[in-house]
Amino acid sequence: MDMKATKKLGLKDRYNLMTRDLEWTPTYQAVKDVYPDMEYEGIKIHDWSKFEDPFRLTMDAYWKYQSEKERKLYAIIDAFNQNNGHLSLTDARYINALKLFLTGVTPLEYMAHRGFAHVGRQFPGAGPRVACLMQSLDEIRHAQTQVHSLSNYNKFYNGFQNFRHQHDRVWYLSVPKSFFDDAISSGPFEYMVAIGFAFEYVLTNLLFVPFISGAAYNGDMGAMAFGFSAQSDESRHMTLGLEMIKFILEQDPDNLPIVQRWIDKWFWRGYRVLTLVAMMMDYMLPKRVMSWKEAWETYAEDNGGALFADLARYGITVPKGWEQACKDKDHLSHQAWAVFYNYGAAAPFHTWAPSEKDMEWLSAKYPDTFDKYYRPRYEHWAKEAKEGRRFYNATLPMLCQTCQIPMFFTEPDDPTKIAYRESDYHGMKYHFCSDGCKSIFDHEPEKYVQAWLPVQQIYQGNCFTPEADPTKPDFNPLAEVLKWYRMEMGRDNLDYEGSQDQKNFNAWRELATGNK
Amino acid sequence: MSNVFIAFQRNEESRCIVDAIVADNPTATVNDQPAMVKVDVPDQMVIRRSSIEEQIGRPFNLQELQINLITLSGHVDETDDEFTLSWKQ
Repeated sequence: MDMKATKKLGLKDRYNLMTRDLEWTPTYQAVKDVYPDMEYEGIKIHDWSKFEDPFRLTMDAYWKYQSEKERKLYAIIDAFNQNNGHLSLTDARYINALKLFLTGVTPLEYMAHRGFAHVGRQFPGAGPRVACLMQSLDEIRHAQTQVHSLSNYNKFYNGFQNFRHQHDRVWYLSVPKSFFDDAISSGPFEYMVAIGFAFEYVLTNLLFVPFISGAAYNGDMGAMAFGFSAQSDESRHMTLGLEMIKFILEQDPDNLPIVQRWIDKWFWRGYRVLTLVAMMMDYMLPKRVMSWKEAWETYAEDNGGALFADLARYGITVPKGWEQACKDKDHLSHQAWAVFYNYGAAAPFHTWAPSEKDMEWLSAKYPDTFDKYYRPRYEHWAKEAKEGRRFYNATLPMLCQTCQIPMFFTEPDDPTKIAYRESDYHGMKYHFCSDGCKSIFDHEPEKYVQAWLPVQQIYQGNCFTPEADPTKPDFNPLAEVLKWYRMEMGRDNLDYEGSQDQKNFNAWRELATGNK
Repeated sequence: MSNVFIAFQRNEESRCIVDAIVADNPTATVNDQPAMVKVDVPDQMVIRRSSIEEQIGRPFNLQELQINLITLSGHVDETDDEFTLSWKQ
């Protein structure tokens, strides 16, 4: 018999055969026993076969392109490390943004890996299940490549060594940690809206595009490689998030109010986490590509605006906190960095007051706000530091019960007044930084009363090592907390000026550029 | 009218891809940033395999776009010959 070579299958046929045709309907067990989490959130799905991945990526193609991405990425990282690339950075101040990245973002990639593995298992449709499987694999790749790339800095600089330990303990790291714990402990549909749509589609561009372009601008090829390589997967994730939203909305009109509430909630939760990115962009990059405000306008206002205009046909509106977030763009990074400057003794990275040149840039980028509200504060601190009184705040701040960020955000229409909101629940008072965080709490108080708030935990005595003895007369609670954080006082923290990182970088750079 | 966009790592392959996009989408705006290049087009962007092949001088599979892709915006539709981004399908 003659074997005739048939024409290669097209993309659509290949996707159908290798993804959707692998689906079967169980007969030994009831469908709802196999997929038990599909009903309790109130979302109604009638026909899973209507979901289709627009990239039409099959597993074989996935492995092929992902392995090529990995080869490119590790070639760059190897070349960067082999040639002491860290010494061609614009300035070692930049490295502190990487410490924040490794402690705050990388562990979330790992949680996203777990989250997508979990929800993928729950969906009865082959299309979303395979797309979630790919995303789960992508996310563990991101966690690993970030750890690999940043481990090279750990050989030379302080503050990287206990990133995983610190993620579960340090006060500001409870902000990203609790964000993801909140998402992963919700139902599968809410998780998809939270991470797949609100975070990936609306917000991750702000982290992985202008900030990573900034990493390249400052000479960090390692971070550029992992960042852009991760974001190329994000294009698929964003598309999955958007397709899921459209799919859910098209399946049943009753789904709209549930989805809208999740979008309101998760836009605000994600936006609050991005406070850290705002200050990384405006204050921690020695050479800046664009300001947080410009990034917000490009990736949130223009792009998010286009997205919500498009989704209006389903009855979706812009998230509740959108207007406030757009107002905040003139203030966010300045307020956040001021808080980290204050608490520079309690964070495992270095902080500094912006130089006169930095402040010129900031006032040009923020003509309506920087000189008026923020420059005087930074000038005052710089003067104090010059006279030997570098300000370190030794008291602990009140935290927002929902986002866990210290209560430093101002009223949307009055940047001189801190915003305070509160709710009563079962005889206790809970505090919030904003209307957005209060309304999230009010809808699910039984979830958010369980928050592990770092400040409360310190006061309750839960943040000391077993060796600590609070009955000793010279007991210093803050020093004991740093021990529990595994931070070395004077080495991992405090001002960049005078730090070991600064001395080493300057000395090595002199060796690298001369013939001493 | 809203823009769709796509961004790539700036390298030799992407240079050909961006040239192909600009040739097929006359309203495209190209924005070079450190290590990346971003292309915006009002409403709809079509990336054609044949145009890329013409620029790059070899057979090209549109799924290869994944390798240098950084990010995109708009509804995606991919076939063997065209990769389309659009708002309001």
